Amino acid sequence: MTRELTIGTGAGLETSDMVLNIGPQHPSTHGVLRLKLVLDGERVVSCEPIVGYMHRGAEKLFEARDYRQIIVLANRHDWLSAFNNELGVVLAVERLMGLEVPERAVWLRTALAELNRVLNHLMFLGSYPLEIGAITPMFYAFRERETLQAVMEEASGGRMHYMFNRVGGLKEEVPAGWTKRARLAIDEVRRRMPDLDNIIRRNEIFMARTRGVGVLTPAEAAAFGASGPVARASGLDFDLRRDEPYLAYGELDVPVVTRTTGDCHARFECMLDQVYVSLDLAQACLDRVDQISGPVNVRLPKVVKAPEGHTYAWTENPLGINGYYLVSRGDRTPWRMKLRTASYANVQALTTLLPGTLVPDLIAILGSMFFVVGDIDK
Amino acid sequence: MTFRPASVVVNLGIVTALPGVLGEPIRFVLNWGRKYSLWVFNFGLACCAIEFIATSMARHDFMRLGVIPFAHGPRQADLMVVSGTVTDKMAPAIKRLYDQMPEPKYVISFGACSNCGGPYWDSYSVTKGVDQIVPVDVYVPGCPPRPEALLHGILRLQEKIAGEQAGIGGVSRPDLGAEAERRARRDVAALSAPPVRPPQE
Repeated sequence: MTRELTIGTGAGLETSDMVLNIGPQHPSTHGVLRLKLVLDGERVVSCEPIVGYMHRGAEKLFEARDYRQIIVLANRHDWLSAFNNELGVVLAVERLMGLEVPERAVWLRTALAELNRVLNHLMFLGSYPLEIGAITPMFYAFRERETLQAVMEEASGGRMHYMFNRVGGLKEEVPAGWTKRARLAIDEVRRRMPDLDNIIRRNEIFMARTRGVGVLTPAEAAAFGASGPVARASGLDFDLRRDEPYLAYGELDVPVVTRTTGDCHARFECMLDQVYVSLDLAQACLDRVDQISGPVNVRLPKVVKAPEGHTYAWTENPLGINGYYLVSRGDRTPWRMKLRTASYANVQALTTLLPGTLVPDLIAILGSMFFVVGDIDK
Repeated sequence: MTFRPASVVVNLGIVTALPGVLGEPIRFVLNWGRKYSLWVFNFGLACCAIEFIATSMARHDFMRLGVIPFAHGPRQADLMVVSGTVTDKMAPAIKRLYDQMPEPKYVISFGACSNCGGPYWDSYSVTKGVDQIVPVDVYVPGCPPRPEALLHGILRLQEKIAGEQAGIGGVSRPDLGAEAERRARRDVAALSAPPVRPPQE
């Protein structure tokens, strides 16, 4: 740890600022985010997030992979929402190629994207209370995660990185009877969610730690480009699924969960309520999937080449807005693929959120920003 | 030249005298104790860390194998599980935390990235395998590996520990060639130095 000593001038107490390093390896950063804090006693004077410990150079690697291969890397930068990440990439490529995706694939994709959103949120609903001292919710969260992961695994073969999207549709048809089992799993999770909900949402200790802590104003949230549950908790009523529908969201009624207080508890509640919304949406999609028959992908040429041009696809990922700027020069690989990731923008808000807070609140605020380090560093 | 198992070769150094003093029963008891109380330090870096957590949860529950995920830090840990992509920027911190662990210590490399770079094998910023910086006992393949794979990896590690010809201080490990000199530095200054150089330098 580096220590900066400033000897107080004038009469009174001598104070000294301490420069404290949190991370890169620290349990509360769930990942390898590093924060450089200047502390005056227990109070945070300034905070500088130092990113890059998880920088894997995915954007550069996209330029060396063909359009089928980039999906592998794309679903790994935000490892909790792999399906949604794949989706953004294939949407961009499909738009550039002018591919029409079969209707059944669109609805299946929507259902899977919502299930993945639930998986992502459950992880944070478990880990956030854990960080501020409540261990039990984690076990409930993972019980539900395993239930849903079994369904996702049956369809795709993967527990986390599904690789189920293809340019032009899905990898293959889901197994016979899958929608029924998926519906059962959704019912099961919905039935058991109160276990998690009742134990933590109105918990006295939890409220004391999160209410009024780390308030992010709507103006600040907008200025930092925050999105997703973090921004919606501050009252920014913006959800791409409703405001610029992609996939089948245009035909669905997407309720947007918002809060106005903008504190840690509001962010947590946004995520918790979003789980119920996503479960309903997934159920609605599965009902539609059952009524639609037909192929789930289109036949592609042996070499997939996007025509020259550029496009920008953005999706409402579980953690916020992810954007994919694809520039093609007519090759089999993208010339450039730029990611706009939700966590990167959300984490920037820490520089204004943390100064003035106490060190114990720091963990509560840090956890409530719901970020994935790979999503920050790419 | 006859073939000798690696574990025997390793032990020619400091511990050859010990088994004579301690005897086989003590060796067995020491190893038995070590293999069933592996306080684990999870070096969670990326996707694999989520599967590591899943393994520690109710369904897979590696605590029944004696793996205890409550080590407060490397100084209280016996086993480090490196789960996720090791980047060149992160590598010095991993090395330093490994050096802080007390002997006997073990490393499981969990997932393709920490085994060899995985899908980032041609990236400019990724270390191609954590075994370039710390010695690895068990490699668990997969991207990410399933929780069952980690359980299997733990069992393999326990087999390995049970077969050790160790004395009280555990097995001393072979040095990593050029790294040997840096490894030898375990004084206070080296262990409390910043994990990485501050960015402004």
